[in-house]
Amino acid sequence: MNSYTDKIKEISKRLLKEDKVDMVVGYRKGSVPLMHQPYIAQNEAEVDAFVWDSNCGLNLANYITDRTERIGILATGCNSRNIAVHLVEGKIKREQLYIIGIPCKAMVDRHKLSAMADGDITSVAEDEEKGTITIKGENFSETVNKADVLQENCSLCMHRNPVIYDELAAEEVPEQSRDEIDPYARVKEIEAMDPDEKWNHFDDLLSDCIRCYACRNACPLCYCPLCFVDESNPQWVGKSMDATDVRTFHFLRAYHCAGRCTDCGACVRACPVGINVRDFTKKLEKDCLELFGWEAGLSAEKRPPLDTYSPKDPEDFIK
Amino acid sequence: MKNLMEHMGVEPERLHFSWISSAESTKFVDVATKVTEAAKSLENKEKKFAKTKPKVA
Repeated sequence: MNSYTDKIKEISKRLLKEDKVDMVVGYRKGSVPLMHQPYIAQNEAEVDAFVWDSNCGLNLANYITDRTERIGILATGCNSRNIAVHLVEGKIKREQLYIIGIPCKAMVDRHKLSAMADGDITSVAEDEEKGTITIKGENFSETVNKADVLQENCSLCMHRNPVIYDELAAEEVPEQSRDEIDPYARVKEIEAMDPDEKWNHFDDLLSDCIRCYACRNACPLCYCPLCFVDESNPQWVGKSMDATDVRTFHFLRAYHCAGRCTDCGACVRACPVGINVRDFTKKLEKDCLELFGWEAGLSAEKRPPLDTYSPKDPEDFIK
Repeated sequence: MKNLMEHMGVEPERLHFSWISSAESTKFVDVATKVTEAAKSLENKEKKFAKTKPKVA
């Protein structure tokens, strides 16, 4: 994705040179393959570290809350929606931001690629024209179609182009529609199970969880100064590995994102053991769409459904 | 919230929402009876969100 990288560097350097912003939030090459790091460039020289390819899956909106500087920030569809959520929630002011819109060509799933590899992956190369990803390690080399190893949230994405931006780094990409693919197919699979099967499904899903809270830390929505899981007086949830505590954490973490989650997939990408925590948040996303006709982050003015009251709110669950 | 609880496998009979004014004593009795009956129907089911390990922290 050299074309993107060059354009991003060009725009970032111009913004810093013209003193339009104090910093630009982007990505640089990570210390391990498949994981580029969020990086804040504060001068033109630092901009040279910027990269853009299919490993930029962490959410940059996570790094702008409560900042006072003027910030340039790269924003794909989901990242821009999270910026919109921050604007609505008063975590940053629009006039502080210069949003460099990135029409997104989807990110690759590092868990899928690691599962394919015969050992540790030491390098990753992408052929933009052929649409292939090549992973290499000590004794292996494998080339796959990028389309086959996309993050699930990217393959189901309906908003690849940024919803708010000051400048685009490339031509807009075509959007998928709900007529072509059903973003909620997996949610429906779980909904079709009986209660015991559902319970066991989530038991299996969470059985590897080590309570590292990487999913929470990667999430731009989780900006509370003190998270409920870290508080000890009162202690809302036990800190043990008891399955009940683990499930309570995941349930509440997801619920705090109801009507705010843009399905950016940063939580899943950050998870060291590859738990698809989107099984919780995607259900909430589906409910918000069905009950309130709401998709998070499409407007920087409207407040999310759980934050507002309308006489039309569904209430048939209250007896 | 009820939707997500049920999505995780908590039986619909376990979680109830109701709005009862302090003047509606008969409604309170009615709801309490129904909730109890619903919960009793799950007697033979495994407990949900019940901690089995000793508390450590």
